[in-house]
Amino acid sequence: MAIWLTENSRIIVQGMTGGEGTKHTRRMLASGARVVGGVNARKAGATHEGLPVFGTVKEAMEQTRADVSVVFVPPAFTKDAVKEAIDAEIPLCVVITEGVPVHDTTEFWAYAIAKGGKTRVIGPNCPGIASPGASNAGIIPADITTAGRIGLVSKSGTLTYQLMYELRDFGFSTAVGIGGDPVIGTTHIDALQAFQEDPATDAIVMIGEIGGDAEERAAAYIEEHVTKPVVAYVAGFTAPEGKTMGHAGAIVSGSAGTAQAKKEALEKVGVRVGKTPSETARLMREIMQSR
Amino acid sequence: MDLFEHQAKELFADYGIPVPRGIVAHTVEEARAAAEQLTGRVVVKAQVKTGGRGKAGGVKVADDAADAVEKATAILGMDIKGHTVHKVLVEEASAIAEEYYFSFLLDRANRTFLAICSAAGGMEIEEVAHTSPEKVAKVPVSALTGVDRAKAREIAQAGGLPEAALDGAAEIIEKVWCVFVDEDATLVEVNPMILTQDGQVKALDGKVTLDDNATFRQADHAKFEDKSAEDPLEAAAKAKDLNYVKLDGNVGIIGNGAGLVMSTLDVVAYAGEAFPGKPKPANFLDIGGGASAEVMAAGLEIIISDPAVKSIFVNVFGGITACDAVANGIVSAFKLLEQRGEAVTRPLVVRLDGNNALLGRKILADAALSGVELVDTMDDAAKRAAELAAVGA
Repeated sequence: MAIWLTENSRIIVQGMTGGEGTKHTRRMLASGARVVGGVNARKAGATHEGLPVFGTVKEAMEQTRADVSVVFVPPAFTKDAVKEAIDAEIPLCVVITEGVPVHDTTEFWAYAIAKGGKTRVIGPNCPGIASPGASNAGIIPADITTAGRIGLVSKSGTLTYQLMYELRDFGFSTAVGIGGDPVIGTTHIDALQAFQEDPATDAIVMIGEIGGDAEERAAAYIEEHVTKPVVAYVAGFTAPEGKTMGHAGAIVSGSAGTAQAKKEALEKVGVRVGKTPSETARLMREIMQSR
Repeated sequence: MDLFEHQAKELFADYGIPVPRGIVAHTVEEARAAAEQLTGRVVVKAQVKTGGRGKAGGVKVADDAADAVEKATAILGMDIKGHTVHKVLVEEASAIAEEYYFSFLLDRANRTFLAICSAAGGMEIEEVAHTSPEKVAKVPVSALTGVDRAKAREIAQAGGLPEAALDGAAEIIEKVWCVFVDEDATLVEVNPMILTQDGQVKALDGKVTLDDNATFRQADHAKFEDKSAEDPLEAAAKAKDLNYVKLDGNVGIIGNGAGLVMSTLDVVAYAGEAFPGKPKPANFLDIGGGASAEVMAAGLEIIISDPAVKSIFVNVFGGITACDAVANGIVSAFKLLEQRGEAVTRPLVVRLDGNNALLGRKILADAALSGVELVDTMDDAAKRAAELAAVGA
């Protein structure tokens, strides 16, 4: 088992015929993921990488029984692509596209909620989700590690890979890259909840970055709801202070958004926070070895 | 991108939001001319992209043109929280009866937009929000339904604005919403929004943050760019399409992926604490997923052109990118730079892990580039880079 993405997941790719879409469709197929088709309104009926191209997400779902969509379309078209996936009520929509205007993300998120929250959106600007040995939706390299019992949720792509690599001998149930944009479809808390409920996950690695207060809120959630061990890493202790304007940010979050504030919030609820990615991996190693 | 107050007000004026008449002045002479043109009392306001300007003495009332000269002389060149004042906004003085606070912004936590409104506006709004949160209304705004005049009025009422200001405030709020959406802003703040003694509501200050991701559909935002404030290295990097931020240390950093590079800065800073002079990162440079020879050369070129750099740390985790490609990139970058007469003379520590790491390391070892060292782990490589910077300092 894993969270959200399993060996039975049937994946379609929105924007499959583009450069990135083509490259990563190949990689997903090579990793054994069940990619069953693509969507491009202008190329409906064609075959690409040996897979059928459909005009709409709805049609692709009807024809292939797909339940996961991976979005590679350019930023200008991402909002419409995600809204189309939401309209088709696909259970999982993974948005890889980088550089989506935040007004668009906020709109498709509001749209997803208004439509009853039937579609889980991951991203945008994320590496996707991988359940090693089972399936892979996005661009996380499939060969870093194998199936195991650690769950990982991260704002950062390359730090996800780094931690998967450092803990490759233990393996992972699922690694979710949620992306570092200001508004994202799936949060640390969503993943923590799913990992807590997943019988195949024993312990959780959580990777955060400066900005916002998602880590602080995750800490509060962990205190209340998570009994599995969690180790965390936060990047950006020495990053220069961001240019913040006005008073609005501080009024809203009540948090400085600094790495130090996040680390303290996590440690306060018993989460061990590594000083470097390698130290974080060591902390997790100790937990897994003591089981 | 953050806008200067005068840019925000130009935008406001385009949308029909009432703002005081004002003229930008870069010199004392220009300030005099502006004050003469405006006549009467004026306010001389430092144009800096940071808050707390009023408290720092960057906003002064002048009685006439001669006084404006005096005030502009004091303000121009002033340092406000590390920002040098290069220009002032000379503005007609307003007869203020009351000051309110208003903003639209992105509420990250709730993944929606938020209107914040309070009758207790002005410089102390953060303090008010802290001590009397009930005086600060926070009204969620859906991206799907937005703000019309009725909603705008509801927001003004929630903020406790008096009856006399409601119509004027609602009109401004509705128009600020248009600015917020049509310009792809993530923050539009009006503090204070004032009620004048003759009953008009005006935007007396403006702070606007624009979403850099939206530039593809906001071509005219280029005019707001402040080229004068750009660090020359950052400008050069931008011209090469590199994601580079200049920092004040002496270990040059190149890595792939924003999170990994940010983490590299931390690890180098920790490692540096153990060495004399405590070497710190000289920059943030994310070469992204591709990491081709050209990008690597462009990145190295920027970093070696920074005279503060004493050692360089290349930290790559090969995910999509294969490490052999990165290694080949480094080798060709060295050749390319040598041909241009810009040979890399400072020590370079390389850590390659992930996809094809062994092959990548072999390529670098075989190339035997002068000054290049391979270190297996990120922590050890950071230590070595810091040590080399301490020796070179």
